[in-house]
Amino acid sequence: MEFRQVFYQQLSKLMKEDERIVVLDADLSKPNGTSPLYKEFPNRCYNVGIAESNMVSIAAGLSSCGMIPFIFTFAPFATRRTCDQIAVSLAYSYQKAIIVGTDPGVTAETNGGTHMAFEDISVVRAIPRIMVYDVVDAKQLEMAIPQMLNYDGIVYVRVPRKLYPDVYNNEYIYTLGKADILKEGKDVTIFTSGIMASEVLKAITLLKEANINAEVISLNTLKPLDKEAILKSVKKTNRAVVVENHSIIGGAYSSVAEYLSTVYPVIMKPIGIQDEFGQTGKYRELLEVYKLDYNNIAKQIIEFMK
Amino acid sequence: MSELVQIAKEIRRLTVECIASFGSGHIGGSLSIVDVLTALYYKEMNVDPKNPNKENRDRLVVSKGHSGPAVYATLAHKGYFEKSELKTLNKIGTNLPSHCDMNKVPGVDMTTGSLGQGISCAVGCAIASKIKNNGAYIYAIIGDGESQEGQVWEAAMFAAHKQLDNLIVFLDLNHCQIDGTIEEVVDNGMFFEKFNSFGFDTYSIDGHNIELICETIEKAKQVKGKPHMIILNTLKGKGVSFIEEMGVKNHSIPITKEDLEKALKELE
Repeated sequence: MEFRQVFYQQLSKLMKEDERIVVLDADLSKPNGTSPLYKEFPNRCYNVGIAESNMVSIAAGLSSCGMIPFIFTFAPFATRRTCDQIAVSLAYSYQKAIIVGTDPGVTAETNGGTHMAFEDISVVRAIPRIMVYDVVDAKQLEMAIPQMLNYDGIVYVRVPRKLYPDVYNNEYIYTLGKADILKEGKDVTIFTSGIMASEVLKAITLLKEANINAEVISLNTLKPLDKEAILKSVKKTNRAVVVENHSIIGGAYSSVAEYLSTVYPVIMKPIGIQDEFGQTGKYRELLEVYKLDYNNIAKQIIEFMK
Repeated sequence: MSELVQIAKEIRRLTVECIASFGSGHIGGSLSIVDVLTALYYKEMNVDPKNPNKENRDRLVVSKGHSGPAVYATLAHKGYFEKSELKTLNKIGTNLPSHCDMNKVPGVDMTTGSLGQGISCAVGCAIASKIKNNGAYIYAIIGDGESQEGQVWEAAMFAAHKQLDNLIVFLDLNHCQIDGTIEEVVDNGMFFEKFNSFGFDTYSIDGHNIELICETIEKAKQVKGKPHMIILNTLKGKGVSFIEEMGVKNHSIPITKEDLEKALKELE
């Protein structure tokens, strides 16, 4: 299922049960899939027009009156453009909101470089009281949304709009804030962030052929970081790779490295965007350009393990 | 009404004492809004100092957050907390920082300080009141210099579009900002015409006439389907002549013990 469809279905259900939930859009309700909610809950959906800063501060006002706002816009506008409003109106003021930044990194595809946020996590991660969640698949998102309502703070949800490969099966149970072991192994730990999990799982076959038995851990949230899961795995493998659809500055690699450097330093390899801007292209083409497709991921890990 | 004038004088005394206790602060823009604060807390707003978080209360967002000392003085005078606490302004560990803080100060409805954001927050509160249909009025005070922030106009556009007639915004038109007069820095005048054309029910009045402020609020409440803008023509530093005379130089200044005595004498 498309990620935006998951949001629509969950909100359609949750808004019936919980009158506190309000939806805010900035002229992207159609692309982000929230538009049908306007018919179902005309009193609790607001399109503020192309004015993202206003939207974030409005959310803070709503929250101060006991509402729970969900804010939807593209990832660069949800973070870069509204950084101070998130920091002051929401976080510093101890308000609550769920900020949904859609089409992060290369999933911005042909919207191109201006819309391709490779630094959205870095922008929000340094602000206190913000959970940073890089969504892995539709099944996981479905389980995560109701849990967001109970989080005392702001949740930044980094998620594509459209259809991306499933990673988890129907038995999967997700606890927001926890990491998942996708595959056990002993030679190296590959930490993946968000939708990169499916590429990494495909790379595993190539790594096996090179006699590398890798452990794969999906980080899910970069804040809080599941430190216990990270440390336990790295103590076993003593080597770590981090794969992310984000700049290697300030994102998943930085998060894991910052933590491990204080407790158990190991040699690490960042596989992500190497401090450069985005460009237009289709998803798989962009993965190849930035060496984030499974072939290039495997190649880089094999080189790292020599 | 002379009772309210007396209260405003007392709040001005507390404001100057508050800032003098630290030795310096945002005195000009604090003194310019004391009369509207008096009108709101002593006549217009449905609030209860014994229960600052009362459900369905009216709310005030002081978007020009640096006027914190005047807000704190008003709240202390009204009984939200002890007046003695005013003398902790900006001292390490205080509950009274320069800029309004809703999590530290009982009675402050929104944390403000980064200019332009508070009016949007007030719009959010006004929407919440509409959703809850609780009849609460949301008040906001913005600055003239603050209105150089684009976000003010984003908020204004949306408030008018949504016909938020429970939102009453005041603009403290004291013509001064840090680097000079607004006319010198970036002349963003014609506020009446601007807000009127944005779809506000707009008024321009003497911002130091408490009776007139109250009358205008009541008049505005009769106008349905539009948010309200009441432009307050004010004097930065109002009430203390040597501060008034400093004009644009009184934004944030030292207040010595001698200054305090001089000011209090004038405010007797």
